[in-house]
Amino acid sequence: MLTVNHIDVFYGDLQVLWDVSFEVHEGEILVLIGANGAGKSTTIKTISSLLTPQKGTIELSGIRLDHHPPHDIIQHGIVHVPEGRRLFSEMTVEENLIMGSLYGEAKTKRYETLEYVYGLFPRLKERRKQTAETLSGGEQQMAAIGRGLMSLPKLMMFDEPSLGLAPILVQEIFSMIRRIKEEGVTILLVEQNVTQTLAMCNRAYVLENGRITLGGTGSELMENEKVKEAFLGI
Amino acid sequence: MEVFLQTLVAGILKGGLYSLIGMGMSMIMGVMKIINLAHGQLMMVAMYVTFACFHFLGLDPYLGLFVAMPALFLLGCLIQKYTLNPLMEVESILPENQVLMTVGIGMVLTEIARFIFTSDYKSVQTSYSGATFFIGETSFSVALVIAFFIAVLFTLIMFWFLTKTDIGRSIRATAQDKDAALLMGVDSKRITIITFGLGSALVAAAGTLLLPVYYLFPDIGGPFTRKAFVITILGGLGSTVGAIFGGITLGLAEAFGATYIGMAFDDMIGLIIFILVLLFLPGGFKRLTKI
Repeated sequence: MLTVNHIDVFYGDLQVLWDVSFEVHEGEILVLIGANGAGKSTTIKTISSLLTPQKGTIELSGIRLDHHPPHDIIQHGIVHVPEGRRLFSEMTVEENLIMGSLYGEAKTKRYETLEYVYGLFPRLKERRKQTAETLSGGEQQMAAIGRGLMSLPKLMMFDEPSLGLAPILVQEIFSMIRRIKEEGVTILLVEQNVTQTLAMCNRAYVLENGRITLGGTGSELMENEKVKEAFLGI
Repeated sequence: MEVFLQTLVAGILKGGLYSLIGMGMSMIMGVMKIINLAHGQLMMVAMYVTFACFHFLGLDPYLGLFVAMPALFLLGCLIQKYTLNPLMEVESILPENQVLMTVGIGMVLTEIARFIFTSDYKSVQTSYSGATFFIGETSFSVALVIAFFIAVLFTLIMFWFLTKTDIGRSIRATAQDKDAALLMGVDSKRITIITFGLGSALVAAAGTLLLPVYYLFPDIGGPFTRKAFVITILGGLGSTVGAIFGGITLGLAEAFGATYIGMAFDDMIGLIIFILVLLFLPGGFKRLTKI
């Protein structure tokens, strides 16, 4: 479905991704794991066109997406739920959700999808007139996921959705991501929460210093000595 | 008491127009994070547009709104698209350079106006320019009352637009988090162009409404850019509701200053309030209203 082909990405003169290649298959949960600064966020920011690769290509079902302006990407069915939620803090929850449905089919089905999102997250319905900044961390993450769902995506990319949340909320968010996958949305997940994400994913890649060093199914990687040592602390 | 009431009325009526001026600048500030130092000059251009319509075509200044606002919307869009956005492309250039660009644009507009209309004072004399009516002992200028209600109307329309339409919501979203807005599919360049256009159209409305009770010369822009700046700071940078409070405050301050201290001091009072707000309420009224 999504193919990332040998991309090199720079911040100014500093190269942060080196020849990164991977594929996301339709209907799966794919996880990128790696330490802080390994280039996980950079990778999905590049898919979102917030960054432009100097070399290599990104293709969605055969359509080149690199060098598209960032506001175009969502219209191709890829939505990015950014790190730190990045809600529009002075807008209400409902306005935030509506911001996910500005174009095409998502716009015509806006109020249907809104009811669907409220069904998934009843808490958001209770708080729909409140501004986003008054929500708790968990509720903010729900709103960010809901805003992404409003675009009726084919592929959803999550950047550290568990960051800063209590363990019980992390469980809730992860089970929500599994549920979204069950409903036919492909998932690309970037996480530091390695144990839980490897258990729930179909496949995973390990990023180290801007390079992909390992790849395989979740259970294969859990058994891998290097992964055990570096991430699982076993 | 009579003088007090009279001053209060004058201040609030003037404040309504100042709100309109401040709202435009606040929107531009919110989305682009720069202060538009050509704001008053854009108002001056709008006033000349209305003046020309009146002088050459006999068009009533209030009908002139329908010419001046679209004209300034277009001018604002062109300024943003062809002079300010290209500066954003160059990453190493600081946003301050866009501010310098607006200063330059302000000067160019002033000199073009001087070239066409000369430096002479112009005014638009209508049947209602000097008309007043009384409620109790307090007199109301007909033109200023009409201006005030039109300003309120535009403010309400702006609120509806910003909260109920996709473009309006996109403008607010871009002001609050540009990257997140991009991820949601908002074309931020297009939004900056629309915002600058709308800001210019709002200040055009204020200028046109002022014209029947004011005089006009090419350098009138400078003082109004200063006033817009004060209103925006008073309101808390980028806050639309704040801009309304900021506008009314400045209108009242100038009116009371002129009545109780002296006509010559009305500009000074505004600037003193400005300094006091910077010192004691650096977030402006936004800190109090939270909107």
